[in-house]
Amino acid sequence: MTAAVGSTTRTDKLAPRQAGRNAAELRAQERAEQWMLGGLALPALVLISSVALAPIVWLFWLSFRDAGGMTLAHYARLLHPSYLISLASTFELSFLVTIICILLGYPLAYVIAQARSRIAAVLLLLVLFPIWTSLLVRCYAWLVMLQRRGLINTWLSDLGLIDRPLQLVHNFTGTAIGMVHIMLPFMVLPLYASMRAINPDYMRAAANLGASPVKAFWQILVPLSLPGLAAGIVIVFVLCLGFYVTPALLGGGRVMMWSMQIERNVSYYGDWGAASALGVVLLVLTLAILWLLGRVIGFDKLTGAR
Amino acid sequence: MLASPATETQITHRRRLWLYAIVSLIVLFLIAPSLLVVPLSFSDSRYLAFPPPAWSTRWYSAYFGAIEWREATYVSFAAAILTMLLSTTLGTLAAYGLQALRSRWSVLAYGAFTLPLVIPAILIAIGIFLFYAQLGLNNTLTGIVLAHSVLAIPLVVITVASSLKSYDMNQEMVARSLGASRPRAFLTVTLPQIRISVISGALLAFITSLDEVVISLFIAGGDKATLTKRMFNALRDEIDPTIASISTLLIALSVVLLGLSQFVQSRSKTGT
Amino acid sequence: MTITTISLPISIRDVTKTYGRTAALDNVSLEIATGEFITLLGPSGSGKTTLLMVLAGFIRPDSGEIRFGDREVTLVPPHKRDIGMVFQNYALFPHMTVAGNLAYPLKLRGVARAEIDARVARALDMVQLAGLGERQVDQLSGGQRQRVALARAIIFEPRILLMDEPLSALDKKLREQMQIEVRHLHQRLGMTTVYVTHDQREALTMSDRIAVINHGRFRQIDKPQDLYERPNNRFIAEFIGESHFLPVEVRGGTAYLGERAMRLAEPPRHQAAAQFLVLRPEKLKVIDATDGAGLNVFAGQVKEFVYQGESSLLYVSLANGQPIAIRQPAGSAPCVPPPGAPITLGLAPADTIIVPSEEA
Repeated sequence: MTAAVGSTTRTDKLAPRQAGRNAAELRAQERAEQWMLGGLALPALVLISSVALAPIVWLFWLSFRDAGGMTLAHYARLLHPSYLISLASTFELSFLVTIICILLGYPLAYVIAQARSRIAAVLLLLVLFPIWTSLLVRCYAWLVMLQRRGLINTWLSDLGLIDRPLQLVHNFTGTAIGMVHIMLPFMVLPLYASMRAINPDYMRAAANLGASPVKAFWQILVPLSLPGLAAGIVIVFVLCLGFYVTPALLGGGRVMMWSMQIERNVSYYGDWGAASALGVVLLVLTLAILWLLGRVIGFDKLTGAR
Repeated sequence: MLASPATETQITHRRRLWLYAIVSLIVLFLIAPSLLVVPLSFSDSRYLAFPPPAWSTRWYSAYFGAIEWREATYVSFAAAILTMLLSTTLGTLAAYGLQALRSRWSVLAYGAFTLPLVIPAILIAIGIFLFYAQLGLNNTLTGIVLAHSVLAIPLVVITVASSLKSYDMNQEMVARSLGASRPRAFLTVTLPQIRISVISGALLAFITSLDEVVISLFIAGGDKATLTKRMFNALRDEIDPTIASISTLLIALSVVLLGLSQFVQSRSKTGT
Repeated sequence: MTITTISLPISIRDVTKTYGRTAALDNVSLEIATGEFITLLGPSGSGKTTLLMVLAGFIRPDSGEIRFGDREVTLVPPHKRDIGMVFQNYALFPHMTVAGNLAYPLKLRGVARAEIDARVARALDMVQLAGLGERQVDQLSGGQRQRVALARAIIFEPRILLMDEPLSALDKKLREQMQIEVRHLHQRLGMTTVYVTHDQREALTMSDRIAVINHGRFRQIDKPQDLYERPNNRFIAEFIGESHFLPVEVRGGTAYLGERAMRLAEPPRHQAAAQFLVLRPEKLKVIDATDGAGLNVFAGQVKEFVYQGESSLLYVSLANGQPIAIRQPAGSAPCVPPPGAPITLGLAPADTIIVPSEEA
């Protein structure tokens, strides 16, 4: 069976796998190795699945049950005006915040992308700083600034610009301002990343071909930065939809976000059916929007830019 | 200097000063609120007037003196450290295992890891609350650490996985050919080279846990209330100026951690 | 590092590795003698690297047996096989110094600190890198890194050395220099070496034997000279050295180019009717039209002269339009007729090789 030195071995067809020497042991070893490597990821997966994912499946199940058995009552109740108003507010706020973030975030990202590395590094640090600061600290800061006797009102009246304090917080306005502050870095970072990735040769070529700086900006840079913009929009909008803390603190009870409805049904009413239904709707909306935006701009750009 | 070109299209800085002015305001908008809190914490007044009429450290004494705040601080930091340790270990192993495995399953698993970042936090929070209620894990440190890890592990996995992508796995092969077993090769060759991203992931995990609000509101109650939960309740009820001092300390911590994270990452560019 | 390395023979038996529906290795077998330097030569995708990885233990075959000496190692994990390996991209550890890289395998084996230092110094000496122990890896040139990789692979005195295209990243001059150095190292240390390359010249330079592999099977295993002078089929003849091929018909023990019977030193080794005449450019000689006695004569027209420094190529078009080429060394006053001029070339019967196509 062994080939002697100096000769070649020829077979005209593939030797069947099963009949080979050591085939079974080799297969077993291969499988064991796969399991071992995959097993490294298992603890993390088990933790996440059991603590976070499985309960959500359970919630999904609960949303269809009440004392009497399977039901759609919880979902039917969501058609009540107060819930619909909540949904409208949630979307309204999310849209508004996203648009403001685009308006503020684009120039900021643009300047950072164009700046020299030293200055850019400093600016990036300043953009990162809010993310590393506690959410509550930031909400507190806005409460302080926006209240009736807070900084803004005090300054404005000291400057003689107003004679009565403006209602800047515990309402939609305050919530929007606070949310913009929270979300802006999440818009700036992906935008910046995608702008940095644009080959500067494109802009040079545009200038060379006769485009004015403004034209080059709108016709070359903006279109090429769209993947980052799309990622930023997705991240910000989806975060806004489900956001709880800022509206709860800065809304003064006047801004009833979807997430707050969920909280109220759990903490106040103990109505798990309603809460789960609300939660499922939120999840479905979130996933639908992600999928939709993924379709529109290409899924690879979404996951890459994230 | 103002006349020098700012971009490839040769537009000068001078002609874009308006842009720089706007951007400065935006940056101010991002930074100023947090910084304003700092002088406020040294104000003597109960009312949040600015500039403060008189200076004192009474709100710091109020913070350190109150047992609820001290306990909450302890719980938050203990949870953050334990979360950091747990998430970094599990997350790094997961990222490594998925990278070394390179099968169709790894894509799926990777997706599963990013789910906690996509699902709205409030939903995860009530789910965990319900789940813990069955197991009696509500208001326990263990429960808090596990819940925070659910949010932190994806961040660690993403951070470590991205650095593993640009790491040459051949080196582990070489190490094994030289006589190192797989674990030994990982510890002596791979880990030292990805340690930057592991440390970054760890810092991210720490701050994620420390700052976590929504889940903690539900599951961190009683004597295991986190700092975030107490602060949230205080902010909701009546604005206790003690929060100013806590905020200042937290801001200081954020500055330190951010600085640390940047320092660690900058070292990766200078060799090794 | 003068070691009396007891080297080991390698036995590969019926090794198969399939990926999906393609066989990377198709029931291959090979016996490698103790201390032999054998090269696995083939185009990319031929399976040569796969076989090397199977020997190292990084790829598990579907079936088969690998033995190092008496010990069957098919199921032994890579880190217990005690082999030295040099990879294509050196894969030096960037977070360690040169000395650190060299000490690594010794530390794994529990060698004492003082002994490690001594052996590292000797290894550096052996690859002409004395004194560079404290350098960082990124401070070394390509050639230096390659030597460190080599030193690291042999410092723990393995019985078997595997090398996966280690020189392909070097520039030509350095590569040729290193080929000789590796050869010297092998002669000095005497360990069984399996070398993988796609560069036939490299294989011819360095090997005791060459195993040509394609589509997962060995096509010919021979000494370099035998492989070059007596290729088994067209694939081998084409892969090793440069040649032109003229289709011939084999019948009655002779090969016919058109109607002309070729003068052969021995009858064709294969019986297929359609075969090829291998024309190695350096075997052809320019002759006068009348001087063709005892030779196989080819008449044609000069097409192009290509100067290549130490030799030159003269492209000739035969009567039926087929192109062939003749290589003439620079030293012997090459014949350079103008394009279009008639020319006659002669080929000795001993150099006239007839080969079947690959699938015969």
